[in-house]
Amino acid sequence: MRVIHDIPGGIHPPERKALSRPGQLRELPLPNRLVLPMRQHIGAPASPIVKEGDRVLGGQCIAEATTSMSVAVHAPTSGTIVRIGAHPIAHASGLDDLCIELETDGSDQWLSHSGVTDYRAQSPETLMAHIQQAGTAGLGGAGFPTAVKLLARERGPIETLIINGTECEPYITADDTLMQCEASAIIEGAQILAYIVGAANIVIAVEDNKPDALAAMTAAAGADIEVATFPTKYPSGGEKQLITILTGKEVPRGGIPADIGIVCQNPGTAVAVRDAIVHGKPLTHRVITLTGEALTSPGNVRAPLGTPVETLMEFAGFQPPMHPRVIHGGPMMGFALASLAAPVIKTTNCLLAPTPDELPLPQPAQACIRCGLCAEACPASLLPQQLYWYAQAKDQQQLEKHHLFDCIECGACAWVCPSNIPLVQYYRASKAYVVDARQEKQRSENAMHRFEARQSRVAHEAQEREAKRAERKAAAAAKAAASGEDPVQAAIARAAARKAAQAETADEPGDPS
Amino acid sequence: MSLMTNSSPHAHRPLGVADVMQRVLLATLPGVLVLTWFFGPGTLVNILFGGALALLFEALALKARRRDPWQTLNDYSALVTATLLCIALPPYSPWWLIAVGIACAVLLGKQVFGGLGYNPFNPAMVGYVVLLISFPVQMSSWQAPRGLAEVPGLLDALEALFLPAHYDGATAATALDLWRQNKGMMFEDMARTAPEFGRWGGRAWEWVNIAFLVGGLWLLKQRLFTWHAPGAMLLTLAVCALLGFDGGSSTGGGSMTFHLLSGATMFGAFFIVTDPVSSAVSTRGRLLFGALIGLLVYLIRVFGNYPDAVAFAVLILNFAAPLIDQYTQPRVYGSQKEDDA
Amino acid sequence: MLSNDPLLAALLALLSLGIIFGALLGFASVRFRAEGNPLAEQVNGILPQTQCGQCGYPGCRPYAEAIVDGDAINKCPPGGEDTIQALADLLDVEPLPLDAEHGVEKEKLVAYIREAECIGCTKCIQACPVDAILGAAKLMHTVIADECTGCDLCVEPCPVDCIDMIPRHSGIAHWHWQLPSKTTGIIASDRAAA
Repeated sequence: MRVIHDIPGGIHPPERKALSRPGQLRELPLPNRLVLPMRQHIGAPASPIVKEGDRVLGGQCIAEATTSMSVAVHAPTSGTIVRIGAHPIAHASGLDDLCIELETDGSDQWLSHSGVTDYRAQSPETLMAHIQQAGTAGLGGAGFPTAVKLLARERGPIETLIINGTECEPYITADDTLMQCEASAIIEGAQILAYIVGAANIVIAVEDNKPDALAAMTAAAGADIEVATFPTKYPSGGEKQLITILTGKEVPRGGIPADIGIVCQNPGTAVAVRDAIVHGKPLTHRVITLTGEALTSPGNVRAPLGTPVETLMEFAGFQPPMHPRVIHGGPMMGFALASLAAPVIKTTNCLLAPTPDELPLPQPAQACIRCGLCAEACPASLLPQQLYWYAQAKDQQQLEKHHLFDCIECGACAWVCPSNIPLVQYYRASKAYVVDARQEKQRSENAMHRFEARQSRVAHEAQEREAKRAERKAAAAAKAAASGEDPVQAAIARAAARKAAQAETADEPGDPS
Repeated sequence: MSLMTNSSPHAHRPLGVADVMQRVLLATLPGVLVLTWFFGPGTLVNILFGGALALLFEALALKARRRDPWQTLNDYSALVTATLLCIALPPYSPWWLIAVGIACAVLLGKQVFGGLGYNPFNPAMVGYVVLLISFPVQMSSWQAPRGLAEVPGLLDALEALFLPAHYDGATAATALDLWRQNKGMMFEDMARTAPEFGRWGGRAWEWVNIAFLVGGLWLLKQRLFTWHAPGAMLLTLAVCALLGFDGGSSTGGGSMTFHLLSGATMFGAFFIVTDPVSSAVSTRGRLLFGALIGLLVYLIRVFGNYPDAVAFAVLILNFAAPLIDQYTQPRVYGSQKEDDA
Repeated sequence: MLSNDPLLAALLALLSLGIIFGALLGFASVRFRAEGNPLAEQVNGILPQTQCGQCGYPGCRPYAEAIVDGDAINKCPPGGEDTIQALADLLDVEPLPLDAEHGVEKEKLVAYIREAECIGCTKCIQACPVDAILGAAKLMHTVIADECTGCDLCVEPCPVDCIDMIPRHSGIAHWHWQLPSKTTGIIASDRAAA
């Protein structure tokens, strides 16, 4: 029996999981139009390899990965590329980004694909190449390119693969549903992942508020895969927090779980890996929770990537309240969408449409009363209060001293704050400010070196010119001394002689003057 | 459709500043009721009068600072300051004493620094200390408790407040006063014979302290603050008293129960020391903060000039709180030891 | 004699103390002399090194030396608020608002040469203080964007006015959250309806 540890801090917001009926998975009817952004993951955006007007089949690669930290995009179904250009996307900024717009033809014709028959006969590198080609990114919400994550095996021996089925955020039940409906696929994916990283142990982590998922995974797991459960608390599902809960170890600051021999993956990612390896099928669909009291029929749906949010909202019966809000993600870490035309992407695990009664609009922030409830709630044992004061003062040194970059932005501090201060926004803005300031420092040092190099180059050139002039002068003086005549007088005499010669030839006939 | 966009998190615990302050006020109720039982309605009248004045002064200050008064007054913090200060003041104090105290507490202790959350010192203690030093006579004339004199009524209270020149109350020394001024009596004898002493601590004051302890424990259960600061203070005070108790000689420190149940100990521990704005930030810091306050209270009571020391001890430690914060950062996840930058 | 004459004793004591400490200080000022002007180095390290001259000095180092000699710290627009604050912290003086006479704080810019119009005169290359323009006489000139500090000293010398200053950061890759404004709140009509 595994010893379960506790993490410091944490909160218990109302779970509201039953609202989206976990365990029942619906298929979305094929939308007319799909919009596929180039940026669906952490890293460099993909680059389109199709043109407007091209006809594509399902599973066809339409954008390739541009760097090693990039992920390809595939067409979820057959259709015609109608536009490649800027389109609203699901991003906190509300800005547009480059997207490929696909008009579906309804026939859902797919490119033929086949996977490997026995993955154990392949080398891990080959399997990782398949995973990369299939456009796999982490489906837990962050979107880290999976093939890059699996490179962790090169950092050191990996002992444990953890499948993170915690899903600690309220409202979201996508992983819960996946675990109930496709337990064996997750197990198969986990085994493939464990083979790739060389992990001897696999642990499936499920919070204790998901008894059905727990039962399904335990039944599918068999004898050598451990299914661990632990008390529900937000944010137990954070990678670092989960590792501490299951193993008691902490990921060193500035490091990754691979440094202590652990790799974590989301259950959805495990299924995507299985599809890529066993069926050769790229990542084109995902399970999304549609929830919130503004929807008449909330639930979990498997939708093609690129489905516009408004299509899903219609499918779930969205009744916009007085101040409509549609949140991409969960209530703690998700961001509010600026436009419903934005499409769902690989990191969309939930679309939450609350009513103002359900999730009241934020109240105006009041003064911080330094109550310390935020520090009690912080799972990383930070001092959110001090970070707040230093964020306002833009005090880079103190922000770094108080470990600003160890903040996982879970939002527990802002949830408890009696003064309604949007603490996480302060930290996000401060992180950007500090990164910017470091970059500026680097640039200005660089500029100083270039400036000084230029100064010395200019000085050097001036010096050379001076030296040459001195040389010429010395040479002239030497020549004059050698011939014994005054060079100036000699020059005047030469000039007079030339003038006389010119005057003679000017008198020749044919000269107009 | 125009969508609302705001930053995460989108859910929030339904507890605001006003809720916190209201619960603090509620927790003072047992103590105030016991005070009223033993000393009459003086404290209640003071609280009502002081509360009204506090709201007025705060509103004026906010107007001067060009802020919206309603939003800030609604957070109940001025009322809490006034209540805490008026509990500490002698009942049947004249109106001008209360007015000066409240003005100092609200204006000098809070508004001048930028309002709630910006004050480095506990506002109620600022007001109290200003009064203590400026008007020592009025601040040391405590009404004699039930059993030693007749308890005044409501009219008496109003007369004392508004017509102080007319009022003639029966005052008595508190147990702490007596002990401080004691020249030759053994502590045990004094505790047994002097009418100002009760069963464990000061007469009437032991019950007041117990009532405030009850209120404080309720706040602790409500998780409005952690046990670290009040616990450390009481523990340190108890340990110091235990160590300093030499069997009850005439020159030694008082007994442990005497210190814990006299004067403003429990009130200070659960309502003054726990004021989050002016105390240390981390739990380790709060342990240190509370412990040093406990130590100072004991030292000033035994060796200092004033009978009760909570106010001074708290203010001194308010000075020290930023330094304590510097050196008591908690260990961050993933680091080996503290301050692992 | 000294015990009878306290005034003389006091005078002698102070004099000898003064001589001893004066000698110590003199020795220290020679033995521990620092090369160059270390404070000016530190000030120069804080300045943004755009070498643009908006402060009135021909580059950042001369301004740094002037600051050490007592000049105001608020003359650098590319450095902006953050630089003024850092200088104020270093020199233990009051931070002042940016002196508008020398310019205003703008977003970060880089120079961009419209190559179709460039005549290859090298005037901009000579003007650039960090050699961020690539080119030669009668050949195409182009700005190396990563090295350009946005000082805009190249714009004026160009005889065909083909240099634009464009924002360095734009688009989604450079977007980030801003600090919450202090006056966020629901507007009156929202409060009524909500």
